[in-house]
Amino acid sequence: MTTEAVAEKRSVGRRLAGLFHGRPRLQVGALLAGPLGWLVIGYLGSLALLLVAAFWTVSPLSGELDKTLSFESFEILFDEPVYRDIVVRTVTIAALVTVTDAVIAFPIAFYMAKIASRRMKAILVVAVLLPLWSSYLVKVLSWRTMLSADGIINWALEPFGLTGPEFGNTAVWLVMSYLWLPFMILPIYAGLERIPNSLISASEDLGASPLTTFRRVILPLSFPAVVAGSIFTFSLTLGDYITPRLVSNNQFIGNVIYNNISTNLPLASALALVPIVVMIAYLLVARKLGAFEHI
Amino acid sequence: MRLSRRSTNLLRLAVGIGLAFIYIPLIVLAIYAFNASNTTAWPPPGLTLDWFPKAIEEEFAREAFVTSIKAGTIATAIALVLGTLASLAVARHRFFGRETISFLVILPIALPGIVTGVAFNNTFTQVLGIDLTLFTVIVGHATFCIVVVYNNVIARLRRVSASFEEASADLGAHTWQTFRFVTLPSMRTALAAGGLLAFALSFDEIIVTNFTIGPGEETLPIWIFRNLFRSQQLPIVNAVAVIVVLLSIIPVYLAHRLTREEGGAAGGRGAGRGDRAGKAEGGGVETEATAIP
Repeated sequence: MTTEAVAEKRSVGRRLAGLFHGRPRLQVGALLAGPLGWLVIGYLGSLALLLVAAFWTVSPLSGELDKTLSFESFEILFDEPVYRDIVVRTVTIAALVTVTDAVIAFPIAFYMAKIASRRMKAILVVAVLLPLWSSYLVKVLSWRTMLSADGIINWALEPFGLTGPEFGNTAVWLVMSYLWLPFMILPIYAGLERIPNSLISASEDLGASPLTTFRRVILPLSFPAVVAGSIFTFSLTLGDYITPRLVSNNQFIGNVIYNNISTNLPLASALALVPIVVMIAYLLVARKLGAFEHI
Repeated sequence: MRLSRRSTNLLRLAVGIGLAFIYIPLIVLAIYAFNASNTTAWPPPGLTLDWFPKAIEEEFAREAFVTSIKAGTIATAIALVLGTLASLAVARHRFFGRETISFLVILPIALPGIVTGVAFNNTFTQVLGIDLTLFTVIVGHATFCIVVVYNNVIARLRRVSASFEEASADLGAHTWQTFRFVTLPSMRTALAAGGLLAFALSFDEIIVTNFTIGPGEETLPIWIFRNLFRSQQLPIVNAVAVIVVLLSIIPVYLAHRLTREEGGAAGGRGAGRGDRAGKAEGGGVETEATAIP
């Protein structure tokens, strides 16, 4: 390249750099154009279109979409008791899974954050982290095998004259609690790490018993982190259709959406609004409780 | 915290039970991959290594693996660019609606995956009239991968003081030079970690993928899902599943190592590198700096 070409090439970049220099608004605009374009137009736009699609109808004969305003899908959702049952079942399981995970996760997170040695802490973080990111489907598959009639759970319980839950709502609750547990442990762990040890010492020095210290100092300070974890356990349970399909014969919100997506899109869309509304309400409460600091 | 020996032991027991709960299903699955019989009966009548060569020879599983790698790589690349841009804006600038950006980025993983899936499915098939292909899968994956990159990079940017960038600008570096020699080196490991995690997330995804994938294509989780109901395929599915677990653990472990090593020293080390890079470029910067006054 000749020196002129270099100078030419440089000057374009330079001129752009010069354009951005001292113009923070322009910089922000340039930085945000891509991400906001994708998330607002692409993602939020799709969510808005989903809302619109919920007001369409499907012709029962031809199966073709009629894209005119109608409340038919919502009427079906409200009038058919089966859908009410499905929504209640899904939200109940989501709540149960969230509570179960919080109860199991807290002692583990507490041990990791406040008791374990540095080395142990590092090992435990990795031990919890690895299954979090790996192979959702594989884990459900494993539970399907374990819960089957001739599986390891029944085999282990047989000497005691017991049988396992096999497939059903209990299995869904158990497997979902399993799947989302790391999502609860990690935010609580991070939240507990943030509590200065001096606060705990102060409470102890002032004569509080460990239980009082836990109840009056540790729990209030770590509660937002528990809420942060619960966002994931709750949301993931609401939308899961693979687990119910693999370890139960029951229908959850996700199954109905999945089964209707190609035959009755408006009904699927209307039903998808349920988890959206529930989660937005949940997120607003979570934000009030300060959970967003811990995500 | 001072706890009685009994309480500490109780806590240890809880941790032990928790870890057993987490790992027993994975171990059981691994054992099934060596199961000599193709039923789910426990205990397995015998062990064999036969399923692994069969799994590797399984043509559709291999194609699905390649598809997964493609989808993961492109989705990660998009997420890296968009996540980094958004985190730079939020960490280094003040503007109206800044807090909303974090909310917006988190939304695709805070809302159930099925919502993202149905929404994109509707947009592609009904509104835009696009056929579902690998492209639509990638769009879905990139959307929820952005948050992973964003979180990693913004955490790093908050630790590295903006004064390094100001110093660079004061010394006469223009916008690109500051980015290239100061900002980028300081967030290099955060980018790598975010990228690895985004890839792992995409590689494993099935909830959204199911709604955005075309009939003729399969990612590896989709292949597993479509085959696990066929009982004669089950041992091969188990073997593929074990391979998937091992493969997806690698990027996560690497990502953890990357962010951990930087840990407390992140600011110092990252900044140190930026400093050295700045010095390497010293000549040019110096002449410019003297030219300004």
